[in-house]
Amino acid sequence: MLHIYCPHCCEYREEEEFHCKGQAHIARPLDPDNCSEQEWANFIFFRKNTKGQHQELWHHSAGCGKFFNVSRNTITYKIEQSYLLGTAPQPVLDVNKEGKA
Amino acid sequence: MAQVNRTQAGGRINRGKPLSFTYNGKQFTGYEGDTLASALLANGVDIIGRSFKYSRPRGIVAAGAEEPNAVMQVGATEATQVPNVRATQQALFNGLTCSAVAGWPNVDFDLMSYVGKIGGKMMPPGFYYKTFMGPAGMWPIYEKYIRKAAGLGKAPKEKDVDIYDAMNRHADVVVVGSGPAGLAAARAAASSGARVILADEQEEFGGSLLHSSETINGKPAAEWVTEVVAELAGNKNVVLLPRATVNGLHDHNFLTIHERLTDHLGDRAPTVDGVQMARHRMHKVRAHCVILATGAQERPIVFANNDVPGVMGASAVATYINRYGVVPGKTLVVGTANDDGYDAAIAWKKAGRDVAAIVDSRPGADGDRVEEARQLGIKIIFGSVVYDAKGQTRVKAAKVGAVSPDGKKLIGDKLDISCDTIATSGGWSPVVHLSCHSGTRPQWDDKIIGFVPGDCYENRLYVGGISGNYELGACLTDGQAAGENAAKSAGFTPDTPRANYQTKAVKVSAPMALFVAPHEKPFSRAPKQFVDYQNDVTAGGIELAVREGFESIEHVKRYTALGFGTDQGKLGNINGMAIAAQVRGATIPEVGTTVFRPNYTPIAFGAIAGRNAGELFDPKRYTAMQSWHEANGALFEDVGQWKRPWYYPKPGETMQQSLDRECLATRESVGILDASTLGKIDIQGKDAREFLGRVYTNAWAKLAVGKCRYGLMCGEDGMVFDDGVTSCLAENHFLMTTTSGGAAHVLEWLELYHQTEWPELEVFMTSVTDHWATMTISGPNSRKLLEQVSEGIDLDKDAFKFMDWRQGKVDGIPSRVFRISFTGELSYEINVPANYGLQVWKKLMEVGAQYNITPYGTETMHILRAEKGFIIAGQDTDGSVTPQDLGMSWAVSMNKPFSFIGKRGMNRQDPTRANRKELVGIKTKDPKVVLVEGAAAVNERNYKQGSNVVQGHITSSYYSAVLGRSIALGMIKDGFNRMGETVYYPTMDGSVIEAEICSPVFYDPKGDRQNV
Amino acid sequence: MSDITPVIVMNDCAVMNQFASDNSKAESPMVNVKWANSSNATVFAKELAFSGHIVLRGKPTDDAFMAGAAKVLGTELPGKLSSVESGEYVVRWLSPDTWLITMPGAAAYALETRLRETLTGHYQVVNESGGQTLLVLSGENAENVLHKSVHYDIHISNFPVGKVVNTNFAKTGCTLRRLGEQEFELVVRRSFSDYVAAWIQDAAAEYGFAWQG
Repeated sequence: MLHIYCPHCCEYREEEEFHCKGQAHIARPLDPDNCSEQEWANFIFFRKNTKGQHQELWHHSAGCGKFFNVSRNTITYKIEQSYLLGTAPQPVLDVNKEGKA
Repeated sequence: MAQVNRTQAGGRINRGKPLSFTYNGKQFTGYEGDTLASALLANGVDIIGRSFKYSRPRGIVAAGAEEPNAVMQVGATEATQVPNVRATQQALFNGLTCSAVAGWPNVDFDLMSYVGKIGGKMMPPGFYYKTFMGPAGMWPIYEKYIRKAAGLGKAPKEKDVDIYDAMNRHADVVVVGSGPAGLAAARAAASSGARVILADEQEEFGGSLLHSSETINGKPAAEWVTEVVAELAGNKNVVLLPRATVNGLHDHNFLTIHERLTDHLGDRAPTVDGVQMARHRMHKVRAHCVILATGAQERPIVFANNDVPGVMGASAVATYINRYGVVPGKTLVVGTANDDGYDAAIAWKKAGRDVAAIVDSRPGADGDRVEEARQLGIKIIFGSVVYDAKGQTRVKAAKVGAVSPDGKKLIGDKLDISCDTIATSGGWSPVVHLSCHSGTRPQWDDKIIGFVPGDCYENRLYVGGISGNYELGACLTDGQAAGENAAKSAGFTPDTPRANYQTKAVKVSAPMALFVAPHEKPFSRAPKQFVDYQNDVTAGGIELAVREGFESIEHVKRYTALGFGTDQGKLGNINGMAIAAQVRGATIPEVGTTVFRPNYTPIAFGAIAGRNAGELFDPKRYTAMQSWHEANGALFEDVGQWKRPWYYPKPGETMQQSLDRECLATRESVGILDASTLGKIDIQGKDAREFLGRVYTNAWAKLAVGKCRYGLMCGEDGMVFDDGVTSCLAENHFLMTTTSGGAAHVLEWLELYHQTEWPELEVFMTSVTDHWATMTISGPNSRKLLEQVSEGIDLDKDAFKFMDWRQGKVDGIPSRVFRISFTGELSYEINVPANYGLQVWKKLMEVGAQYNITPYGTETMHILRAEKGFIIAGQDTDGSVTPQDLGMSWAVSMNKPFSFIGKRGMNRQDPTRANRKELVGIKTKDPKVVLVEGAAAVNERNYKQGSNVVQGHITSSYYSAVLGRSIALGMIKDGFNRMGETVYYPTMDGSVIEAEICSPVFYDPKGDRQNV
Repeated sequence: MSDITPVIVMNDCAVMNQFASDNSKAESPMVNVKWANSSNATVFAKELAFSGHIVLRGKPTDDAFMAGAAKVLGTELPGKLSSVESGEYVVRWLSPDTWLITMPGAAAYALETRLRETLTGHYQVVNESGGQTLLVLSGENAENVLHKSVHYDIHISNFPVGKVVNTNFAKTGCTLRRLGEQEFELVVRRSFSDYVAAWIQDAAAEYGFAWQG
């Protein structure tokens, strides 16, 4: 059970209040109609399987209903930070090389 | 029966309060304060079980959670059966009834032991896998007998009569373990005002201090415990949890603590003032800092025949004598590699019984306790080991031999020493289990000859035995410092001046690393040298596993079963690793350790379920009309968490008769459906229309105020996942409906796109599912009925057309009425604020009586819509179906300026290829035969099995009363081009059903009825 | 045929007085709950039935919206995790752009129209009065009942009087507000209200429970 900081409520809350929505920073292509099959497949199907520092999109579904990003180490489960949509995570000094974003 | 092994005085038992209990059908007596194990030992019960594989007699070896043998089936009735209770952790209560879990037909005469004896050499690791491999199909028969003969415990056949509870808690500091380090830590942390939880698995706080002869500040240690516990109990910021095992220490300092509230009181939890008390309570704790003061468990020395009853841990022997007043034998031999083993001999001697010898593998020792033993006149044999035990059902003698300085070889003379008890101490294994639960591997420490917790980033502190610190004074001061630091880390300031702890230093001589006593023969040929009692893993077995190529300790574990079972290798794991290391010629850190996982000790299923059981297992969601449905005999169907009326049987009706009646009444006059469970989302904002155009596959730009429109929702892959009708309430105001089961998901999906992709769109969405009670009246008489109960609405067919909505009052209640239809009949969906739902429903029933208004449930709704070929998202779709596959291209607008969600996906290669499965109608040749949903279609009656033989499957199938025949919807490859063709549906009984592919619209194909 | 009811449109949104002129046959969400009554209760519950529930959404960065709402409500909209009471209104923060305002049921329509008259720009007003209810839990063991029900840290140092959180309640959700040291208010969804009532009674059984209906 993770303890997750919601950057909208500005509090730590139990994992049960949240839904994880997978890898963060997957932007919808601006011109889908002109995406190649490969580009569209990359957008909808292909995700990293990061060992190390990983950015995830979370939804505070039982709380404030807002989406935000979390930078989490997939080995230790340590959460380095929660940050608002549209912002970049602060660089983490001990990023595992394999987990580089 | 006399308690032959009970001392005259001493121990923390209440001799004034005898308790009677039953073991294997025989009655015994113990005392208040006993555990089941101490009471059995007091009564001289030697054999408490049979071993798992070889069925050898076994006795109690330990005094705590690490006990591998004394695993009991407890319970006086079938409903109160609890399997696999460790006798060492079960407090004795009056009337306790238990039996040994292993042993068939019984523990004293065990049939399987003969198999074990004969087959001993023939049952190496992997025996079952290797022996019972074939012939194929025989395993279920082998398994039946193997399970009967082996197996641990039996599950109760009746429902548990007890209830269980759970509590969420938060703490600044959680201290696990209440020995000297834990108590000092809790006390220091609590002094700061921090919120502290102290949990300990035993009946009393105090840990090792409860049987210690040491003093703190000049007083007996147990007295100090009493004082500190009283002080903590008086602090309102402290929660004391005795009988509470911290079973899991999870990520971000989340603990699961299993408190056995009433296991010590009786066979089941008591009732107080008519209220049933909970038997166990699970505490789910989020802590800022966790202090692990879990101590250490004594590691036995492995030697030949070390499982004969009477072989015990030295500290267990000392504990039974000092804490419980039980001397578990007459004559003792101690085998030790350190000073701690001497405690057993000293206590034994002081209790007035014979100590034949202390066999110490070290060349010599001069610690205080060695001196004390000498002064008591106990014979000490240095430089020697107990390498074998004589006896079958009880130890008769210890075989002792001189050992080389490295402990690896027997040298020189050997002798047999008569005794009935052999107590060994190979040193201590820190109880690192909890530190491993979130993935940290323990690290070997040569200095303490054991594993200590590995590094981890969490705010955790380790004090006392877990960090290899066994000296009382140091435990107290380290605990105190940890408590202070933990409180500081949570923002509290510990009290000053600090408590001062005075203890008497004990001189300890250096221990020796000895895991297994060498035998005259090598591991492979020596008599069995047990490493893991519960799984009958021997040194020879480990040696064989390594020899067969299992080098990784994780593989050795799985091949031999080392560390499996209810004790999870608490006693045997380290010895097993040491033996694997010895065989491999590697060091223990090179071999490494397996990882301990939750739970620390077995846990009752009831405690995991807590109060989420029975009626409270899962929320039941009800609409405002639930009481009417119940009063009128509805049967219910689960739709997500909703309880929806399924159908309303009349007395004597079969289900099909009810459905036929409901369907025909709706087609012929008027039916009424509670549709309140549909998801409803209120959407407002100047960009609402644009937003709808992006999330639905069809166009919304021109939907006029007062109009409704059906829409499909697809994922980015182009596959349909939900559908519903959205109505334009005003230019910037829409009411969206979703499927009952999909409501929460759709809203989250809408928010996801709005918040992440299109935050610039000015639109707000709020769920109003629960606010509106929705009732659909459907059938040719629905307009007449609505006329009689509504006001303010022009119901003229041209003024209020199909796919319009109007506002007005129904039974005087403000309402919105939507003329939409899921049945193909003239229909009105009446929405009123839910507080008035029942009132309006009752009014419709009352006035509708003249039209024989008939309530119908979800099953009739499904039939009526299937007759019309309307899909149900999630039933006729499965995430692999596009709108085009459903024949619903009319609901897709490829020309919208914005590339809506699903557009690119449905235009990919695969969704646009030929020969896709398409949704069609299926008519069986025999109109009475109703196909099974899920049935697979093939092209020929005598089809050949093969990878491409299946043409599709049935998604919906019913008997239609109005058509007088069965109907079905299903997916068929290239179905749209195969109208009129025949397909076949093989069934489970071998028969094959012939059917024709047809249009999915079975009834009123022109749609006249809904437009009247 | 009576006169046709016109749809009232304000700010391009449809508004409707959803409180019936005759409320006598209305049923609150907890109307069917069978409540136990212990004679030595230490946990008490009551439903504030038929309250008006208005959800107001708008951007906190929109000064005109914030000022307009403050004008109508007679108080600033509360900041994160807090609530304010103003006259007949109780205003709770639900999310950075969402507030729940409760009041007597008959007053909801007036509030909705006043908000729509006053506010301009982008906002949403939604009537939820039928969709949820208010439950007040009190007594010396109310906190223990909540310990069994919510995982949020309700210790008064973390959850003082007036604070509001949306969180899980058993296997559903609730909006929880502290009214006093031993008094809490739950906003419960209608369809889950029987479950919540049954859960609370079960959790409170060992402490003695009484309904203050």
